[in-house]
Amino acid sequence: MSLFWLILIVLAIAVVGYVLGRARAMSSAGGERSALHSLPSYYGANVAMKAAVPAFLFLIVWLLAQPFYVNSEISAMIPDSAISEGSSRGLVLAEVRRAARGLDNAVASDAITEDFARNARADFNDITARLKEAGQIVTSDITQPVLRAAQRYRVLTAAGNLYMTIAVILVAIVGALWALRETNAQFRARNTVEKGVQAILIAAASIAILTTIGIVLSLVFNTIEFFKLYPAADFFFGVTWSPSFSGRGGSSELGIIPLLWGTFYISFVALAVAVPVGLFAAIYLSEYAGPRVRAVAKPLLEILAGIPTIVYGLFALLTVGPLLLSAFGDNGFGIMKAGTAVMTAGLVMGIMLIPFVSSLSDDIINAVPQAMRDGSYGLGATKSETVKKVILPAALPGIVGAILLAASRAIGETMIVVLGAGAAARLSLNPFEAMTTVTAKIVSQLTGDADFASPVALVAFALGMTLFVVTLGLNIVALYIVRKYREQYD
Amino acid sequence: MTDTTISPKVAEMPANLPFKSKSLYEVDDLTRKRNAAERRFKAYGVAAVCIGLFFLVVLAYTIISEGIPAFSRTIVEVEFSLTQEQFDEAEGQLFKTKAYEQIFIGALQGQLQESGVSVPFDATTIERIVGKPGNTIRTYFKANQDKLGDAVGFELAASSRVDGYMNGRVTRENMTDSRFLQKTDLDLVDILVDAGVIKTVFNWNFITGADSGVDNPGAAGIGASVVGSFFMMLVVLFLSLPIGVATSIYLEEFAPQNRITDLIEVNISNLAAVPSIVFGILGLAVFIQFMHLPQSAPIVGGLVLTLMTLPTIIISTRASLKAVPPSIRDAALGIGASKMQAIFHHVLPLAMPGILTGTIIGLAQALGETAPLLLIGMVGFVARGYPEGLIAGFTDPNSAMPAQIYTWAARADFAFYEKAWGGIVVLLIFLLSMNILAIILRRRFERRW
Amino acid sequence: MNEMANIEQAIEMTESKISANKVQVYYGDTHAIKDVDIEIQPRSVTSFIGPSGCGKSTFLRTINRMNDTIDICRVEGSIRIDGEDIYDPKVDPVQLRAKVGMVFQKPNPFPKSIYDNIAYGPRIHGLARNKAELDDIVSSSLQKAGLWEEVKNRLDEPGTGMSGGQQQRLCIARAIAVSPEVILMDEPCSALDPIATAKVEELIDELRENFTIVIVTHSMQQAARVSQRTAFFHLGILVEEGSTQDIFTNPKDKRTQDYITGRFG
Repeated sequence: MSLFWLILIVLAIAVVGYVLGRARAMSSAGGERSALHSLPSYYGANVAMKAAVPAFLFLIVWLLAQPFYVNSEISAMIPDSAISEGSSRGLVLAEVRRAARGLDNAVASDAITEDFARNARADFNDITARLKEAGQIVTSDITQPVLRAAQRYRVLTAAGNLYMTIAVILVAIVGALWALRETNAQFRARNTVEKGVQAILIAAASIAILTTIGIVLSLVFNTIEFFKLYPAADFFFGVTWSPSFSGRGGSSELGIIPLLWGTFYISFVALAVAVPVGLFAAIYLSEYAGPRVRAVAKPLLEILAGIPTIVYGLFALLTVGPLLLSAFGDNGFGIMKAGTAVMTAGLVMGIMLIPFVSSLSDDIINAVPQAMRDGSYGLGATKSETVKKVILPAALPGIVGAILLAASRAIGETMIVVLGAGAAARLSLNPFEAMTTVTAKIVSQLTGDADFASPVALVAFALGMTLFVVTLGLNIVALYIVRKYREQYD
Repeated sequence: MTDTTISPKVAEMPANLPFKSKSLYEVDDLTRKRNAAERRFKAYGVAAVCIGLFFLVVLAYTIISEGIPAFSRTIVEVEFSLTQEQFDEAEGQLFKTKAYEQIFIGALQGQLQESGVSVPFDATTIERIVGKPGNTIRTYFKANQDKLGDAVGFELAASSRVDGYMNGRVTRENMTDSRFLQKTDLDLVDILVDAGVIKTVFNWNFITGADSGVDNPGAAGIGASVVGSFFMMLVVLFLSLPIGVATSIYLEEFAPQNRITDLIEVNISNLAAVPSIVFGILGLAVFIQFMHLPQSAPIVGGLVLTLMTLPTIIISTRASLKAVPPSIRDAALGIGASKMQAIFHHVLPLAMPGILTGTIIGLAQALGETAPLLLIGMVGFVARGYPEGLIAGFTDPNSAMPAQIYTWAARADFAFYEKAWGGIVVLLIFLLSMNILAIILRRRFERRW
Repeated sequence: MNEMANIEQAIEMTESKISANKVQVYYGDTHAIKDVDIEIQPRSVTSFIGPSGCGKSTFLRTINRMNDTIDICRVEGSIRIDGEDIYDPKVDPVQLRAKVGMVFQKPNPFPKSIYDNIAYGPRIHGLARNKAELDDIVSSSLQKAGLWEEVKNRLDEPGTGMSGGQQQRLCIARAIAVSPEVILMDEPCSALDPIATAKVEELIDELRENFTIVIVTHSMQQAARVSQRTAFFHLGILVEEGSTQDIFTNPKDKRTQDYITGRFG
């Protein structure tokens, strides 16, 4: 855990710097606090900041850059001839890394010596077998180029880590010394520290943007990778979903249409449950219910929103599914074959969304000014007439926004459909049949044993991309509508 | 009311006023119809609230009734002593464990006769009820030869079918005879229960244990994944709280009104609505594929959940910063504090209860999240044991409570379903305590300006 | 008092449109209106004046049972319109409010077109059998409110897009459209500029011909300008009630005098 120790060392330098900086400031002012520009602690903080912040930034950059350098180095060591038919450079590199990790672990568990790990040759020593003996996972036979690259990988990584440790400690010490040098009674330590703090605040705020960039990049790159292996047109317009995990996924049919159909069908059922119930509950609680009923019913309904989706998933799989099956299955109407179905998942998802719809609608209905209600009651309208003819039309944009947000939730929901909807991709109108969704397939494609670089795994990123674009579109439209609506009554 | 006062007015009014001259005491047909519509509409509202509450009750009932059995297990308690001669004789035989089993059966029969019942049963029945007791007994006495001759009490775990019979999952009606259990065995089980040999005790192993193999539901426990969840929550707390607070302070107090600030704000509200599974893809691609962090490690799970929780924390933190009246800032600035000092010394401490409440609610959300964890490999079967140390807690492969529940729910043996429900009870107890803590914080420190 | 005066009073009693007797209003534990007795004459304007919080608006809202919409509000005593107790359980507040219209402090047109704003009341009360009748009601209401010429070419534009004064006259037209007998106005001009106020006051004066109008105002000048009778409220009590001229020139009560001379309020 050298990284852990490195961080501790840098922090220790910062602490020492703090003490020294404070002492130096005091002594330069001759022990008179009032002779200093800032409080003594600011001088200490200035030194600590200049020791730790550049060092950590440097560390992060190094950690991100090193794998790139190492990868390009070892990539150059692998001749094109070593890349077999149907494989790719990326796959071979992954194999190299796996082999290197295998060697590391085998050395750590004393199965092989360090010397052997460094110098073994795949054509002389039975390296694959020995690694397997040592309990390491090696997918295929390790060839000589791969082994040499793996050995080189280990050397480069070890050297990189050593240089990194030295460099980071150096940066920390230099930073601390520089800050100590500028410490004197006239130095405006508070202003410097505050500027630093503000920079840290800005850095924190940019994490939100970095997250979005990270999401987009990780989706885009892997999706492009997928479309190199599988034609985009077949993905977007294919009506069959049958991934084949054998033979590197070559014979897979990966059409998204059945998955989208399942997704929208289930979401539709969910909204058909949640929107009427949620909306009427919101109307009742905000227009009819007395304060006591509201104080009890509202938090109780909101409990439904706080329950983790895995609970709903289990509820769908083990309670609602069997219940529906007994009513619509062979002993009932005979149109349901298994507990997992569109109806099961949709119904349970609808229950989950009730508080979501009702609390959003409640906010929106309450934003309609009381004067509107008074105007309507003053003309002799009943409450329901007021709700139907004045409040709902006035609140309509907001409610549409809320429903769109709920739809985006339903489309992105995972655990309920993984457990409740079934695994078969199907284009069918029968809501009592098992279907599957985009999210469920992302989970199954990425948690299986499929190779990370094969189309059957990479398709998950293309699915994720589709999901992200659809939900983002819905969210942006919904948030825009809701914001416009709020402004109208502010 | 006299005719003279009303008649000139009636003349001026349009002719089409049906109830103009009518008494208020008479409710006309239209009003009656409108009031009926009103009552119907109100009834829809009541029905909607009742439907919501009904689902809540059904959900709560299901969780409790299905989850409780996970917390009990069935044991067979037999006390007997083994003499040196019996030990030597058994050790001298070809099938040693069979010999011990015979001794066990003898002891059990003796115990039953003492309490006045005598039923014949054979070794295969016993094996179906408690597995192979001979092995346990032999192992014990081989290790503790000094205990030979003393009376030793044995607690043997009953087979999962018997366990199911004890908690109602298996009944005489729904079972079929198999090599695991036969209907006739249940008669013996009933007798043993009456004699106090078969008992139901609290299943500590479920609380403290780790995941078991797919064929051993009885030994599965949630303890290891609770630890995994705990380490993840540590990561989430120590990253999302400072980052969230720093972001909020910047946006609320320092950010200039410009495009970039707008972009950050729109970004945060959109991130709050991005499906959790997309964060899982992000974690997989960035932390594992790109940065080569260890797979299935709580630290990666924690990072992913941090990114997911940040928007929630930022939104609630900004609300609590906004709630601190500007007069406090003005007061601090007025006595010569810098803006930074005014915020860190005065505004932030006042906003802290609200920030902590929001953080706890964000953590509770993160604790129940499943989908992103599955993508980074924190599936249930990884949680085979406790981490060996503090750092290993962050980096060693582990699972988390909801992922463990999912793994159990996805297994074929329905004995695991009971564990899944039990896991949900544990998870909900954690969530409930966190939410109660948040409510207490809010009640205790809430300030109205 | 001589007999003649008694007879006069009796005639006045029978002729009054609204008569309140020992009205008490409670908001939870607060006794907001205490023992109010008042007779309101038909086809005239009666104004309620008094310092803010004196209960004048609260009392106004009891006349068409708008206080029913507030959960904690309780009304005792009797209020009779044309001799019928409006708090009788047989009375449907919905029907009552069609008879007793209300105009509020802030103009509150619905976010609908001008036409739909006016047509709202007639529609819910089923006053028009067909589109032509509804058009008639809309145009005649707008004419009576003096708004017709200003809006006749833009009836399908939203009512919220008009000026404040126009919005308030739209609200008056909306109230007229259900052909009420009484119109209650709760500080109808407090959100308007002087020119718009003058127009609304002019309108109130014209409406007096056909309707019984009760207006709450915080402006004594306005009360003097538009009303024939004035009632002064203070701390939930009806202190004095009489012809506007008497109240302003010759108040009987010390508190009324103090208020109209500006000692408090």
